Amino acid sequence: MSIPELEELANVCRKHIVKMIHKAGAGHPGGSLSAIDIIAGLYGTRLRFNVDDPDWDDRDRFVMSKGHASPAVYSILREMGFLNDEDLATFRALGSVCQGHVDMKWTNGVDFSAGSLGMGLSFGLGCALAARMDSSKRETWVMVGDGEVQEGQIWEALMAADFHEVSGLKLIVDRNRIQNDDFVSVQMEVGDVASKIGAFGWNIKEINGHDMEEIVEALEWASMSSGPSAIIAHTVKGKGVSFMEDNPSFHGKAPNDEELALALEELS
Amino acid sequence: MSAPSMGGASRDGYGSALLRLSGDPRVVVLEADLGKSTKSCLFRAEYPERTVSLGIAEQNMMLVAAGMASSGKVPFASTFAIFTERAFEQVRNGISRPGLAVHICGSHGGIHTGTDGSSAQSIEDLAIYRTIPGLTVITPCDDLSAEELTVQLLDHGNASYTRTARNKTPRMYDTDTVKNLEIGKGSVLREGSDVAIVACGVMVSEAMEAAKLLEGSGISARVIDMHTIKPLDTDLLDKIRVECGGIVTAEDHSIIGGLGSAVAEYLSTTGGCPIQMVGVKDRFGESGESSDLMQHMGLTRNEIVERARHIANSV
Repeated sequence: MSIPELEELANVCRKHIVKMIHKAGAGHPGGSLSAIDIIAGLYGTRLRFNVDDPDWDDRDRFVMSKGHASPAVYSILREMGFLNDEDLATFRALGSVCQGHVDMKWTNGVDFSAGSLGMGLSFGLGCALAARMDSSKRETWVMVGDGEVQEGQIWEALMAADFHEVSGLKLIVDRNRIQNDDFVSVQMEVGDVASKIGAFGWNIKEINGHDMEEIVEALEWASMSSGPSAIIAHTVKGKGVSFMEDNPSFHGKAPNDEELALALEELS
Repeated sequence: MSAPSMGGASRDGYGSALLRLSGDPRVVVLEADLGKSTKSCLFRAEYPERTVSLGIAEQNMMLVAAGMASSGKVPFASTFAIFTERAFEQVRNGISRPGLAVHICGSHGGIHTGTDGSSAQSIEDLAIYRTIPGLTVITPCDDLSAEELTVQLLDHGNASYTRTARNKTPRMYDTDTVKNLEIGKGSVLREGSDVAIVACGVMVSEAMEAAKLLEGSGISARVIDMHTIKPLDTDLLDKIRVECGGIVTAEDHSIIGGLGSAVAEYLSTTGGCPIQMVGVKDRFGESGESSDLMQHMGLTRNEIVERARHIANSV
């Protein structure tokens, strides 16, 4: 896909995101909107999957560790053909394939059951180690939030990935600077994440997580790198909807009718 | 029955089982710096390319195992029982919830562990893992049964937790009888009708000794090796309830939430029967030689005998 096509894909996904959260009356718009450009770039340019065979053994994995940003994942799975509009409309409802947090047991195309932060990188490491044992080139892409790196398990996994020299493991940090209660700087500043992860032996690249050219280039860089590689994507929480941008109150709050209309107008 | 032979510890059986399973290329072994203790080192020595060292980082180990299971591997991950508990939420959310068949082994379970003291003596592992939906919970009584039950996990299909013991215990099985074991099915080691002793892990041999003592005083005790705490063999409990006067449970574990609780919970849904529990009475352990500690904590054949007499005399 071309850069304009990827940008358009991300925009379509943004509309799905605000609509499904509005319909559900609950969900996490901020972190979904910050992550969606990168996710669109990943699905549009790198990830190998098969809609007709979601469990294809040799598919690339996308491990969404910040599982509360599930609307971002469901929106891209809708655009890739794994889900339909009816599925999105049931987000968070009883029996829906679109569970509150992404869950591999419920949704075709989802590779990890998230919801509890800090676990996805370890899971991705397991996927990458298995791929290497199978002599497969399949890649595992893990996305974590910046608040999430406060979890100690992330650093256990970072250390282990370096020790095991796992090339098939790629990490994306959605550095949107806001977590549940407030700004990361207020809750527990994680500081220079790039240097810290770099000090654990990872290849590092910092990008603007909303610049599609930078995103595509960084994804290719990570894919080609040997050894574990991390992209620190500087993003804006709630990106694309003015009143949600950089606003901690839209970490986990649904837009009301009026806000939805405004959001869709801005995204049109 | 002749005197039981002294086998290895149940953790030795786990190590032997990993070697027996090694022919299946899906089998991978994960360690958190305690492979020499849990006996996964035996597999590591032969198959280093299928052994993953995660260092002293149990939470990471559980999710690495989950990732490997999601990629077609059959992971066996071990550390001390107590340190698996550190990763309880990882087991719950990262392994069992998505239904990934990771097999966790917690060695050095219970007071039996001995001199390391209370920090190492897991007395709540069976209770907490029993609450996780779909997780099979096993605690074998000797090395041969630990080996057999671990081998059966290969195609078990869902996640499991197996508790093994640090120290040697008398063998309750030989290489033929152990083949009759089946995950989820209690094993009747001795027939009797006045009372049934339902035991697990290192308390099974104590239960057998208790039954001999009871026989001397005219009480006929049936002895069950309830190696699988979950799923509990309720068919067997139904039979016992009708055929015996009551049940004494015996476990090297807190009486809160373990085998005794599991049995009582089930019996509360039936007509019930008298039940007495031998186990750790809501307290921590301490340092001491294993045998001294078991006496000190009331985890003995004499305690079982006393409880069994109480039942036999009241029915």
